[in-house]
Amino acid sequence: MSETRQITVTVNGTAHTAEVEPRTTLADFLRHQLELTGTHLGCEHGVCGACTILFDGYSTRACLMLAVQTDGHAITTVEGLAGKDGTLAPIQAAFQKHHGLQCGFCTPGMLMTLTELLRDQPNATEEEVRDVLSGNLCRCTGYSGIVDAAMEVLAQQRGKGA
Amino acid sequence: MKPAAFAYHTPSNIAEAVKILASGVDARVLSGGQSLMPMMNFRFVLPDALIDVNGIAEMSGIAVKGDRIEIGAATRQRELEFSDVIRTHIPLMREAIPNIGHRQTRNRGTIGGSHVHADPAAELPLCSVTLDAELTAQSVRGTRIIAMKDFALGYMMTALQPDEMLTKISLPIWPKGHGYGFTEFTRRRGDFAIVASSILVHMNGGKIGRVAIALGGMGQGPTRVRQAEALLTGKAPTNELIREAATIAGKTEATVDIHATNEYRQHLAKLLTAKTLLKAIARAEGKPDV
Repeated sequence: MSETRQITVTVNGTAHTAEVEPRTTLADFLRHQLELTGTHLGCEHGVCGACTILFDGYSTRACLMLAVQTDGHAITTVEGLAGKDGTLAPIQAAFQKHHGLQCGFCTPGMLMTLTELLRDQPNATEEEVRDVLSGNLCRCTGYSGIVDAAMEVLAQQRGKGA
Repeated sequence: MKPAAFAYHTPSNIAEAVKILASGVDARVLSGGQSLMPMMNFRFVLPDALIDVNGIAEMSGIAVKGDRIEIGAATRQRELEFSDVIRTHIPLMREAIPNIGHRQTRNRGTIGGSHVHADPAAELPLCSVTLDAELTAQSVRGTRIIAMKDFALGYMMTALQPDEMLTKISLPIWPKGHGYGFTEFTRRRGDFAIVASSILVHMNGGKIGRVAIALGGMGQGPTRVRQAEALLTGKAPTNELIREAATIAGKTEATVDIHATNEYRQHLAKLLTAKTLLKAIARAEGKPDV
């Protein structure tokens, strides 16, 4: 084991101080050291999007970042979406309603990508939703249920704002 | 699929970073990590040291300097995508950027990383070739400016010396109202382009005053189609002339790989050049996008 570095990173609102090897990826750190196994690892080279998390609010591949790089930063993982009482976030509830998941492997990454979209592009069109989802691969659903879920939450948000 | 061990450095300025590069250790510069990290995960690349430049403030930012735009090498693709300066002065780049990977990779990936990685199909080096960019390389020996045409030497190979680091990309601003077009062909959204076409046109009294035609994905690196540029310059853009220019582009040398044959690449080069030229000329003439 090579030398370690101490980092302090805020994950889902909680500050964690930990010793990490520089070569440990953010995804492995989340899964093995913080035991937040909601972040999935598919390809481990940035293609599949299963490990997508929010780094300082922006969707990022956790397999392409090192844990040491998160020192002083804020991470949101899929575990941070639902309420403390287990109430699903609107996008999670919409996935359930529209069968936006089957095996569930890609789901955490899908949800994180869409969480960013729902915040930053409240008027996103279906084409724009499909564009951002091109960064997340799903081999079960054919994407239609996922797109339907996103479109429904976008419409709900606009309804509330009006 | 895990990187091998390395020493990790976080310099706070360029001087500190190039000092590590000059020490002779097998070091790589880590910027956005969207190309280097996959290669390290695969263990295609096994550096003894990583120099993380994400904490170097002087390497990030977009600035207008006279008739040029200067972009720090560690400026993220996302920042370029949403920059008013880029949209106003280099609309070609604004049109190219959504083709780079995905939102999730553009949030981290940097313009410098894209140039240094030098994938022949990469969009930002193709923009730089179209615009005749100048690149700033720094080392403990000093600073040198490298013309883009001398920078991309071949497949994933650049003119950077082992002790040098790319710190800045400087792009000339084309005249206000110039036409531009960037199109590429991929099998799936976000894939590397099989062929990409990047074109700038400036009209002068109904004739093509100045034109830059470039292709990506064809071979060892992004290339200009000078012969087609020479054909078009000073002439009124007729359909026949555009076809002739596209035919020249279709004769550009192309490579064969698992994605496409050289003939297919040349076919795409011809079609995309015609399509992109039409778009760029229409924009230069102030017509709405088709």
